[in-house]
Amino acid sequence: MDLLNAIIALLNFVIVPGMAYGAQLALGALGVTLIYGILRFSNFAHGDTMAFGAMVTVLFTWLFQNWGLSLGPLPTALLALPFGILACMGLLLLTDRMVYRFYREQKAKPVILVIVSLGVTFILNGIVRFIIGPDDQRFTDGERFIISARTFREMTGLREGLAIKTTQGITVLVAVICVILLFWFLNRTRTGKSMRAYSDNEDLALLSGINPERVVMITWLIVAGLATIAGVLYGLDKSFKPFTYFQLLLPIFASAIVGGLGNPLGAIAGGFVIAFSEVTVTYAWKKVLTYLMPENLEPSGLVQLLSTDYKLAVSFLILLIVLLFKPTGLFKGKSV
Amino acid sequence: MNPVLKNTMLFAIVGAMILYTGFTQSWNTALVIVNMGLISAIMALGVNLQWGFAGLFNVGIMGFVALGGLAAVLIGAPPTPGAWSAGGWNILSAFVFALVMVVVVVSVRRRMAAGWPRKIVVLALLIVGFFIYRALFDPGVEAIESINPAATGNIGGLGIDRGLWVTLAWPVGGLFAAAAAWVIGKTALGLRSDYLAIATLGIAEIIIAVLKNEDWLARGVKNVVGLPRPTPNEIDLQNDPAFVERAAGFGVDAVTASTLYVKLMYAGLFTVVLVVLLVLAQRALHSPWGRMMRAIRDNEVAAEAMGKDVTARHLQIFVLGSAICGIAGAMMTTLDGQLTPGTYQPLRFTFLVWVMVIVGGSGNNFGAILGGFLIWFLWVQVEPMGLWLMELITSGMPDGSALKAHLIDSAAHMRLFTMGMVLLLVLRFSPRGLIPEK
Repeated sequence: MDLLNAIIALLNFVIVPGMAYGAQLALGALGVTLIYGILRFSNFAHGDTMAFGAMVTVLFTWLFQNWGLSLGPLPTALLALPFGILACMGLLLLTDRMVYRFYREQKAKPVILVIVSLGVTFILNGIVRFIIGPDDQRFTDGERFIISARTFREMTGLREGLAIKTTQGITVLVAVICVILLFWFLNRTRTGKSMRAYSDNEDLALLSGINPERVVMITWLIVAGLATIAGVLYGLDKSFKPFTYFQLLLPIFASAIVGGLGNPLGAIAGGFVIAFSEVTVTYAWKKVLTYLMPENLEPSGLVQLLSTDYKLAVSFLILLIVLLFKPTGLFKGKSV
Repeated sequence: MNPVLKNTMLFAIVGAMILYTGFTQSWNTALVIVNMGLISAIMALGVNLQWGFAGLFNVGIMGFVALGGLAAVLIGAPPTPGAWSAGGWNILSAFVFALVMVVVVVSVRRRMAAGWPRKIVVLALLIVGFFIYRALFDPGVEAIESINPAATGNIGGLGIDRGLWVTLAWPVGGLFAAAAAWVIGKTALGLRSDYLAIATLGIAEIIIAVLKNEDWLARGVKNVVGLPRPTPNEIDLQNDPAFVERAAGFGVDAVTASTLYVKLMYAGLFTVVLVVLLVLAQRALHSPWGRMMRAIRDNEVAAEAMGKDVTARHLQIFVLGSAICGIAGAMMTTLDGQLTPGTYQPLRFTFLVWVMVIVGGSGNNFGAILGGFLIWFLWVQVEPMGLWLMELITSGMPDGSALKAHLIDSAAHMRLFTMGMVLLLVLRFSPRGLIPEK
């Protein structure tokens, strides 16, 4: 029995990584959910939008690193982030103008827009690979750890160490700031309120003089910001590789749906539900249990529910289970 | 222009492009395109059945294709000696137990009144069941995977390896996919369109994850290679004096002749499958059943009001379309001679098939086939075309410039970009595809 060590092990291997991953998923899912709420389709291109924003940020980071600019202990990428967001905003407004607007005016069925977004996915995927190539890119710099396992052990004298990476800290902090800003915008500002009205009831919103094109434009701008931030945070935490962003689409959608499509609060909750279920189901619980159980009852195996390679599958299993019992997600999303 | 003439011309153009490849590159390349074009056309036919006839948005094609591939392994690969006695029965009993457990949980859920007690009982049953299942399953897996893991480590197949009997794997692949589709349809078809799309996408990923990780089944990412083939072996042909003599009669050397001969045989087999499926699909389209399907697609509510069982019909066509994709998947694995779960990616095996259907013309079987050939041709040929284009663009640049090197290296990624452009342009300017529905 060693409760303290067990808690630290749990924090180190489950809670801290789960929080960071959950925050990244939540930011991605917020983008998906906003598009669904306002434009009323599932945007398959969201993963590649994240890749595009992150790519521009990576390029600017390299430029700044070349110039010798840095933020000291913080990664230079934070300095490059605004440029990535601006580029992504430009891209999304351009795709909306050239691609999506036509179908909106035609009042095309939502499923047509989904197929259209597939085409955009192909194009963005091609562009990103064309510019930066399909390989892993490193752009992290600055201090690696807020606290490293060794320092923690020396400080506390416990057997288990707790390591928190700088990127994990930044991820959670930035995500909290983004969410606060977003909710302030949606609940307190005039534009935000008109967006919510438009999402709730399009016809009524149009009657009350809300300009739909403006609402759509602002949605794309916000989505560009969220997508780029999520993409950069994910890239900082893991690494930047175009293909992984396409794969990220799956857990992001799972988050948005588990929470209820079109519901921002649900997207955040969904992100954390998915992240924590992925981590806990594939985590080998042996270490934690060894600390907790009396010696003669210690587990012999790894006590792992599913092997780590099933991460992606877990998010869908959760998704399916939720959909079976709550067809529109935990927070009652909408369906078009 | 007369539509029949126009459609014939479209097919003739695609045929001419492939012939041109034969003359300018090599006949082997052309036949490789034809063979995969035939398989792609069959996949497109399956998707067209679901989307074009019934309006079902299934983005889980990859999973069904992979299940078809699994059938090719389980039918064709030789059985691993001792695997069944070591752990095969354990695994089988675990599956039977899981099935019984599901039935128990479902009936308990039905019997008990809704509320907290039911939730707790169901949850407890599921958790206890999972651990018993793992206790049955894990030792079996371990025993099988420890049998000579460098070469096998899997349960193996039935070892059917005699000429045309190998093609038995194709209908079995269809059955595998159909069974999976039935389970998926039962759970997911009640969902609204977008939710259904995401659910099928996720299930495809789960199938691939299982194929990648369950080494006892098909060696996972270690791949099963050397699957039996319905055609003679090239080497055997080259050692056959009669064949060499006949090849010389055509003025071709034995190596080229043997590779072409084998590919032509595959093309023949695939064509037979495609024609059979096409005839069936055409008959279905023009039958009362086909009319009902389109009526449901166009107005679900009205069809339901007319007394049509929409969910049952959807399940039916979901299973049929998926089975066709499974057949195509089995054919592809037979053609490759190997199952490589790591290569199954949604962009290639799901979304590309969708591009084929949309570009060809959804709702029209001939359109789907045309799309299959055309898009597959582009998928293969855009890379060399892109390289040529890049070399043209960069020809004025000094040698050794970083930009030039980068542009030429990146030509390979033109492929995805082009596919996206083709899809968007067709959707915008010819939304009904090249051969529209009548």
